[in-house]
Amino acid sequence: MIYTAIVFLPLAGALIAGLFGRALGDRPSELLTTALLLVAAVLSWVAFVQVGIGHETHKVQLLRWITSGELDTSWSLRIDTLTSVMLVVVTTVSSLVHMYSIGYMHEDDSRPRFFSFLSLFTFAMLMLVTSDNLLQMFFGWEGVGLASYLLIGFWYKKPSANAAAIKAFVVNRVGDFGFALGIFALFFVFKSVNLDAIFAAAPSGVGQTFVFAGYDVDILTTIALLLFMGAMGKSAQFLLHTWLPDAMEGPTPVSALIHAATMVTAGVFMVARLSPIFELAPDALQVVTFIGALTAFFAATVGLVQNDIKRVIAYSTCSQLGYMFVACGVGAYGVAIFHLFTHAFFKALLFLGAGSVIHAMHHEQDMRNMGGLAKKIPLTFAAMLIGTLALTGVGIPHVFGFAGFHSKDAIIEAAYAAGTPNNYAFWTLVVAALMTSFYSWRLVFMTFYGSARGDHHTHEHAHESPAVMLIPLAVLSIGAIGAGFAFKDFFIGEAETAFWGASIFRAETNHILHEMHQVPAWVVMSPLVAMAAGFVIAWIYYIGAPWLPAATAKTFRPLYLFLLNKWYIDELYDVIFVRPAFAIGRFLWKGGDGAVIDGAIDGTAAGVSRVTGRVIKLQTGYVYHYAFAMLIGLAALLTWLTYNAGLMSGAGLGGVGP
Amino acid sequence: MSNILSVVTFLPLVGALLIALLNADASRNARWIALWTTLVTFLVSLLIWWNFDKTSAGFQFVEEYAWLGPLKYKMGVDGISMLFIILTTFLMPLCVLASWESITDRVKEYMIAFLVLETLMLGVFCALDLVLFYLFFEGGLIPMFLIIGVWGGKRRVYASFKFFLYTLLGSVLMLLAMMAMYWHAGTTDIPTLLATKFPADMQWWLWLAFFASFAVKMPMWPVHTWLPDAHVEAPTAGSVVLAGILLKMGGYGFLRFSLPMFPIASEQLAPFVFTLSIVAIIYTSLVALVQEDIKKLIAYSSVAHMGFVTMGIFTASQQGIDGAIFQMLSHGIVSAALFLCVGVVYDRMHTREIAAYGGVVERMPKYALAFMVFTMANVGLPGTSGFVGEFLTLLAAFKANTWVAIFATTGVILSAAYALYLYRRVIFGALEKPSLRGLLDLSPREVAVLAPLVILTIFYGIYPAPVLDVTAASVKNLVQNYETAIKPAAAALAP
Repeated sequence: MIYTAIVFLPLAGALIAGLFGRALGDRPSELLTTALLLVAAVLSWVAFVQVGIGHETHKVQLLRWITSGELDTSWSLRIDTLTSVMLVVVTTVSSLVHMYSIGYMHEDDSRPRFFSFLSLFTFAMLMLVTSDNLLQMFFGWEGVGLASYLLIGFWYKKPSANAAAIKAFVVNRVGDFGFALGIFALFFVFKSVNLDAIFAAAPSGVGQTFVFAGYDVDILTTIALLLFMGAMGKSAQFLLHTWLPDAMEGPTPVSALIHAATMVTAGVFMVARLSPIFELAPDALQVVTFIGALTAFFAATVGLVQNDIKRVIAYSTCSQLGYMFVACGVGAYGVAIFHLFTHAFFKALLFLGAGSVIHAMHHEQDMRNMGGLAKKIPLTFAAMLIGTLALTGVGIPHVFGFAGFHSKDAIIEAAYAAGTPNNYAFWTLVVAALMTSFYSWRLVFMTFYGSARGDHHTHEHAHESPAVMLIPLAVLSIGAIGAGFAFKDFFIGEAETAFWGASIFRAETNHILHEMHQVPAWVVMSPLVAMAAGFVIAWIYYIGAPWLPAATAKTFRPLYLFLLNKWYIDELYDVIFVRPAFAIGRFLWKGGDGAVIDGAIDGTAAGVSRVTGRVIKLQTGYVYHYAFAMLIGLAALLTWLTYNAGLMSGAGLGGVGP
Repeated sequence: MSNILSVVTFLPLVGALLIALLNADASRNARWIALWTTLVTFLVSLLIWWNFDKTSAGFQFVEEYAWLGPLKYKMGVDGISMLFIILTTFLMPLCVLASWESITDRVKEYMIAFLVLETLMLGVFCALDLVLFYLFFEGGLIPMFLIIGVWGGKRRVYASFKFFLYTLLGSVLMLLAMMAMYWHAGTTDIPTLLATKFPADMQWWLWLAFFASFAVKMPMWPVHTWLPDAHVEAPTAGSVVLAGILLKMGGYGFLRFSLPMFPIASEQLAPFVFTLSIVAIIYTSLVALVQEDIKKLIAYSSVAHMGFVTMGIFTASQQGIDGAIFQMLSHGIVSAALFLCVGVVYDRMHTREIAAYGGVVERMPKYALAFMVFTMANVGLPGTSGFVGEFLTLLAAFKANTWVAIFATTGVILSAAYALYLYRRVIFGALEKPSLRGLLDLSPREVAVLAPLVILTIFYGIYPAPVLDVTAASVKNLVQNYETAIKPAAAALAP
């Protein structure tokens, strides 16, 4: 019962605010949706204690869905530890974001619509994480995509917001192309899309092959890679990441909820959820590791030079998702979900903090126009500081650490323990950690330190946000400080096996959790060194010698431009996909349909017209005549048929039977 | 209950006769009679659905009378045709309502044309005799031809002539094939023909002849170019019937004739159909991307969606055919709704040019919501009816041939691109054009037309069982017969 309530309370809120928001008024819509989410959040924590810590699992059957032949799917809820962790993350962050939005959006004139979309998103996300079959997961998957599209384009008057919304949906659809094919393949091989059936049958697929796209390929590897393509889209991994930075066109609370804490982590959740398949497909896991490491590195490099405060955090999210995939790739699913869990708190905190800065600066997002805000907005500053400490992973081994210290460093250790070729995953992540530290502190220094560089008037009037925005920041700060320390035993420590139970599958040869605790001391220290180095370099660049950034950018101009333009991937896609699609469309329309097909048809038509015109003078241009001619023709044909039918049935008596 | 199919089929014709008896200037009464007739027909058809035995694969409510000489009047429905009847009777009252204010010229004749059309369309789905089927199938051309030709737009003569020419070519070939079938089997009775085994080489010619007719109706690439023109010129309700029902006759024909009667040819020619289907999906989606006219864009998207139908049918599997039927029904609802949506703004602005719009949501939030639901269904978002059919047909295609599934699945990317791009240009953006400032949101009459469609789009997306349960038994039977029929052929071909 409480599980059903957790999932459907946000839907109720979305429908009421969406359909009756105008009648209800702005404030009641806000309060109602927020209150329903708060209830869902409280219930989620209850579920977390019951299921995660109390080791229960539950299933709730709701309704039949698509049934056809062997395909039998229903709407149902699957609540195990993995789900309960996601429930907590989604509803907690969502309820805080709802609350925060009451303050942040107070000047907007369509708030019921905004809150309705936020709640709709939360519902879709909850359907995703509670799914018991891949089809319902796909429903949630596309549902969050819809909500994301609606919220990115919330300010529909801005062309850039509309473009970003479409881009997000279409790029995600590219990933879903793979996800869908993965589902088809799973059904083709295992005759089911229900998780339990697939998991039970998966071992029988080991080493088996089937013909896919003309090649004889390994079943499980192919399926895992197709599904991973969906994960790459949703979690903005390299090549399918281009939508995420643009998604920052949406209001900042949306960025915090959807594009940092919850939706973008769906890909990581999917890989962990489908661990019984991925574990049996080691080749696919290597691809997951590689893509994860590449994304962690790529996004960090781009984050180094961005000037929009939200885009820096967006690239950081992209990079951190790469970390999570590396953890999945080396078989440390629990570690990946642990980082997902802590990341949700501190990244939502950073985004909401950034929102508070933007709010204070009257919608200024360019950090070059900020500076010296620490004294103006001290509470926001404190929150951002805590978020940064958590993201960069500050801590003292065996004593205390901020959230990221426990989860991110665990991923780096796991990457080392897994022993990728030349330890590339480990080294990439350490370098990315250095860059993470640099861009995070760069953000703090550019925003809060030094002197005000932007509009004097805006700076003078910068003001701290109202309590309704500060309370969520405070709650998330507590999470960013303590979530790692408080839960590490459950997620990756001694209680780990009992905590995850059957919700995460590990092959018998997978000892990564044991091995990652055995790594040499220098490995444990390396992310801390990288973090410290990043801090020092950022301090030198932005506090010690403020002329250095410009000088460095000048000296290494090609590299700087390469990073500033995000490796030119958007430009590349524009040239190879977007423009050709429109050009081909135009060519097929005017050339194919127009010149070739209609050319032939019109030619025939003209011919027919000429003939009929000359012979029976029906060509007067009026449609009635054609209709009349057609009627006569039809009647003639029918008469002929009836006549012949009579003849034939007579002949039939004569012995023409079958 | 014994004559209920004839009752439902000819009720609209009775309404048409009543209207014909009215005075020439009785527009208002003509509208009301048409509305009541279509509503009663809808209710009667619901009665059929209610009494339909879902567990039976055979024909139900069968009626049989001697008719012209050797010809019989025979009607009946099974799980394949049942819901097309409901779709037809459901859409007609909406068509009448949608024409309430937009048609002011020759209202009487207009309503008569629609009611006659309804009778003919219902007849197609009920007929169990070749000649009867042919009569209804081809007869439907005439009122449609008149609707486009008389109440259509500027280039209506060109469009209706193109429509006529295309369809006629297919009809002639189908007629010849029917005569050949009669020659061979000695009957025009469809249930008997379904049990008849035609020789393999004959199947080829018959299949191709029927294909010529159904492919044009569908329409399949490359014989689709009549559709965009016909839609653009047709009045709103004409487009609704065209997209919602007439196109489905092609798919229904494949299921009633091609697949069960010519299974060997179907199996051998399936790759050919797959190829055309994939080309339709990709080609027309790309063409839809660059359209400047809202109706043309939706018309091209219809062709792409019908590509999924033909692909699903010729997988000859439970999921493929269930999916194809579902896709046709869903498309009947969604494309009809999209054309009605175009009609709503066309009635206000008298233009279908996409560039003439922008920022409509500002003035018409209810309209924007309805349009969004239909756009998402068109994109095949799970939770809308558009998803179920697309998913099932693709699932079946994967089993038949992975390449087909891969190419067809690219359609989900392209449909998102063209549909959202359209939505953005019409609904979103700043409301800058002065002409749009005075737009009014949906009237109660328009809400009454669109609301049922919104509800059904979502309802069948969440709970498709009422449809899938009806089709299951007949489709299963069809697939089994098909498989038995092709087995000896496959064995004979093996070296």
